[in-house]
Amino acid sequence: MAQGMRTAAGRTADGTVPGANGSETVDGSEPAASKGLDGFTREELHALLADMLLYRRFEEKAEEAYAIGKIGGFCHLHIGQEGLAAGSIKPLRDDDLVITAYREHTQAIAKGISPGAAMAELYGRVDGCSGGRGGSMHLFDTTVGFWGGHGIVGGQIPLGAGLAWAIKYRGGDQICLCFMGDAAVNQGAFLEALNMSAIWHLPVIYVVENNGYGMGTAFSRVSATEMEARSGAYGIPAHTVNGQDVVATYRFFEELAERVRSGAGPQFVNAVTYRFRGHSMSDPVSGTYRSKEEVDSHVEAQDPIKILRDRLMDSGLLTQEELEALDAEARALTDEAADFADASPLPDPSTLYDHVYAEINRHGRLFLDGRERGPAGGTHG
Amino acid sequence: MAELTYREALNAAMCQEMDRDDSVFLMGEEVAEYDGAYKVSRGMLERYGDRRVVDSPISELGFTGLCVGAAMAGLRPICEFMTFNFSILALDQVINSAAKMLYMTNGQVPVPIVFRGPTGAALQLSAQHSQACETYYVHAPGVKLVTPATPADAKGLLAAAIRDDDPVAVMEGELLYNVRGEVPDGEYVIPLGVADRKRPGDDVSIVTHGKMVHVALQAAAALAREEIEADVLDLRSIRPLDVDAILESVARTNRVVYLEEGWPFAGVGAQIVALIQDEAFDDLDAPVVRVTQADVPMPYAKNLEQLAKPGVKAVVEACKRVLYL
Repeated sequence: MAQGMRTAAGRTADGTVPGANGSETVDGSEPAASKGLDGFTREELHALLADMLLYRRFEEKAEEAYAIGKIGGFCHLHIGQEGLAAGSIKPLRDDDLVITAYREHTQAIAKGISPGAAMAELYGRVDGCSGGRGGSMHLFDTTVGFWGGHGIVGGQIPLGAGLAWAIKYRGGDQICLCFMGDAAVNQGAFLEALNMSAIWHLPVIYVVENNGYGMGTAFSRVSATEMEARSGAYGIPAHTVNGQDVVATYRFFEELAERVRSGAGPQFVNAVTYRFRGHSMSDPVSGTYRSKEEVDSHVEAQDPIKILRDRLMDSGLLTQEELEALDAEARALTDEAADFADASPLPDPSTLYDHVYAEINRHGRLFLDGRERGPAGGTHG
Repeated sequence: MAELTYREALNAAMCQEMDRDDSVFLMGEEVAEYDGAYKVSRGMLERYGDRRVVDSPISELGFTGLCVGAAMAGLRPICEFMTFNFSILALDQVINSAAKMLYMTNGQVPVPIVFRGPTGAALQLSAQHSQACETYYVHAPGVKLVTPATPADAKGLLAAAIRDDDPVAVMEGELLYNVRGEVPDGEYVIPLGVADRKRPGDDVSIVTHGKMVHVALQAAAALAREEIEADVLDLRSIRPLDVDAILESVARTNRVVYLEEGWPFAGVGAQIVALIQDEAFDDLDAPVVRVTQADVPMPYAKNLEQLAKPGVKAVVEACKRVLYL
């Protein structure tokens, strides 16, 4: 971890804060560290930090693997936005549903897909969570409530409404968290889905990961209004949360999820965040649409991992040694995931036609590419 | 057997399936309070309530996506399009979501949904309301398509479509809704992928689907007056496709006309011709001829519309052409 990045006073050169590390215990009182922060215990805060470190290291490993050709196609990294993944998904119940777009590696892991199964999917291997058929943009594991992984901007929004519809139809008390990028709110699918969610009072939270740019186009250039105004036409309450502050984000979603579970109806969340990398691996970090200075200033001051680290250290809830141990654990998990992906075989070529259809009807041909062709020159016989 | 209209037969199929499975629901524009734009869902709101018979806003992309999402979660939506023309707005959810979901999730997420409504032209509805949409749907692996031509087929095929675990488009016809015919009582399901010989004959095969079955039968009657016996094969199901039935007919008549309501370019007939030349080339005594809509958007003027639509006269001429008469 980089050290000395923060601006708050009181930090020593090694990143620790004088008087921390349980020094308050000298008088025999409860260590400050065990009291926690904002209602979180020290252990819970460490867990959130560990989650974000895992997401960061996972994405950095994906970046490396992409560079050497182990991952192909499009690969959209979530670096810079980890606070939102942890803060919005970790408060959910296991049986709640998450659906999202294509910058979803960390969200998949947050909902319960193992880093190994996620990395193997990025590698296009048989042990990937989608069997190597989906790739980076289509991570799925419905057994943990992660419903993809969708590649058409805004396409997942009506699907999320449909998942919520099914919850309501069956009288369940789960909720659906439906993520989208800021650009997706300009799609008709968004408008149509919000309207239907409102008239049918669906248990869904629409979360805009507002990183300010749809690929290389600033949101302000393609929207006549502020993001918060986008749900008002449908009577859906809008909320804004700082996605870089994982603690605040967690508390916010914890409360909102329970409200929706209790029948509050659809909600719209403008989660403000920032993407530290290019739109996808094939795009530059900065250049034509945003300056290097802009990116650098966000990396400096708006890194969700640094923000939590510094708060914990300032409060005596984290030592440098603990931080290093958490990071080492994240790196180890990521290395393990990459090794798992590397060792996993490519899908068996004989499975090419598997899962095109769930039901192969007893009559007629479903595939018209000649695969089922009769003997040359022959007829049906 | 009861004599029902095609419209009543579709209604009977939906009720049959909604009675046996609570996960089946109907959503679309005007399906509930209005009883359906073409009255196919007459009485269903009263019978099943607004939980299961749901008026949607005019948001084809949105409600189709919502239905696909509900199907992903294991419900069995019947997603009604007032006409398939309007479903073009929804094709992202049909093609990118419904058709591909099972594959890209490695079998985790089936999408047991039915898309239904009329396809093709009615009378003087002009370009945007008069197109056959079959090709848009069957082009994508992952979707199935059936095209019932009679009331009995409407009941049996729609029931099968609702029970199927894949996305199935059921393409009906505005001009078919009032057609009457005998329909089996009680539970009636026709397996997907089984063609039906609507008229036997050994001289020439007219292979077709959907509303054009009736045009083919009229053409066959005209040909019979000239002592030419046409075999009218109704595919009923385009995907899965009853290849055996096609090849059997070709082997018997050695002469084939494909009749469809849609445009010729990359149309259903193009696929059938490719299949026949690939697998039954030696059975042919003449090149296969296709009769289709003229390769133009549907015009409004009565005389131009007549010219653009595939009709009995064109089918008769095509049959004579493959017979070298």
